[in-house]
Amino acid sequence: MSTHPIQLTINGRRHDATVEGRLVLSDFLRGDAGYTGVHVGCEHGVCGACTVIVDGLAVRSCLMLAVQADGAAITTVEGLAADDGTLHPVQQTMRDEHGLQCGFCTPGIVMTLAALTGGPNKANSETLLNALSGHICRCTGYQGIRRAALKLAGDAA
Amino acid sequence: MKPAPFDYLVPSTIEEACAQLAEAGGGATLLAGGQTLMPLLALRMSQPFILIDINRIKALKGATRVDGGTRIGPMMRQNEVIADPTLARELPVLVTAAQHVGHHQTRNRGTIGGSIALGEPAAELPATAVALGASVEVRSTRGSRRIAATDLYLGPYATALEPEEMITAIHFPDWPDDSISLFREVAQRPGDFALVGLTGAVTVKDGCIARAGIAWFGMGPTPIRARQVEAALLGQPIADLDLAGLAELAVADTAPFDDLHATAEYRRTVGRRIFARTLGERLNRNGP
Ligand code: FES
Ligand code: FES
Repeated sequence: MSTHPIQLTINGRRHDATVEGRLVLSDFLRGDAGYTGVHVGCEHGVCGACTVIVDGLAVRSCLMLAVQADGAAITTVEGLAADDGTLHPVQQTMRDEHGLQCGFCTPGIVMTLAALTGGPNKANSETLLNALSGHICRCTGYQGIRRAALKLAGDAA
Repeated sequence: MKPAPFDYLVPSTIEEACAQLAEAGGGATLLAGGQTLMPLLALRMSQPFILIDINRIKALKGATRVDGGTRIGPMMRQNEVIADPTLARELPVLVTAAQHVGHHQTRNRGTIGGSIALGEPAAELPATAVALGASVEVRSTRGSRRIAATDLYLGPYATALEPEEMITAIHFPDWPDDSISLFREVAQRPGDFALVGLTGAVTVKDGCIARAGIAWFGMGPTPIRARQVEAALLGQPIADLDLAGLAELAVADTAPFDDLHATAEYRRTVGRRIFARTLGERLNRNGP
């Protein structure tokens, strides 16, 4: 068993930690760094609830080791809304379109949509809908989430 | 659902990684994109003593044109394969295959080399390597060697790689610019494993098939090269192909099995159907 010093940025704040090699990133973000908006459903890459943005890309944080995030910039759902509480466009759209019920799957879905609509090359509706296949939602039946994705792509829902 | 303890090593060069593999004498596992290995660790189906993370080795990344082909670094992410302009031009069917691997989020981490080294029989990338005549360059402290993709797969998740060897490149031979891609996958949902999948390419010269590289995934214990139909296609005028007869030959090399999701007979039937449909459609659309 090995331990490793890591240094990374989470939601713009620098974090220094020493982690066991086997610690997965999702557990580090929740347990060590306190970002409990990172939801952990299956813990083996199936459900998508743990999705965060690592260096600009949406990834499943249960499928990365914390030590692999050394030097990375991570955004969790806590990093999206403005300081005054104004929701991020993806959050606002999910809310407007009733894209959530219990909210367990929601942070993951929001992070996928934020990663794909946040950069200079905004994804089209086909890409967004395809990316939703990486998430399981047990509540909504997906229609509200689909509408939110289409609206974010600029297509009428 | 937490991995068992291991020692984590993170080499920055291929030489360092090979030395660590040799020293571990079979007790180490390489961590590429982790989209299969991390679940296996979480479920404790895999409990290596040493995990060697090859994500920080720069020499394993990117695709370059080499004499007669394209050399792809095994640590190229599947989404990088999809976005790469060189690969879109040179190996369009590989790009299409990569689009069918897992989900957007797993493709941001998952690598081409990881998938090819794993040898999942229902996976898109190993079968595409087999179809297009690719080979892998492998290294250990004892030296390097090339293994043809057709010789790489011995059974489900079993490859000709020695425990101390690692893939350092994947070589795809050139296919002419006007090659016609063949790709079709039948799965229950996008991102699921294929029930039946067809991949490969053909080229047409003077109205006749001049070259064919075709393989199946999800149709047996390994990716399966459809050698009989490849041979039958060569020299055939595309104007009057016997699609039904060829489809029969196309599944002749397969060895599908029954599982929860489909019977072997279903897989063969769907295989014949998608072979005939894909070849027919693609030749009409891109015919001379
Ligand atoms: S908790 Fe990571 S994918 Fe389910
Ligand atoms: S809102 Fe409950 S799981 Fe998606």
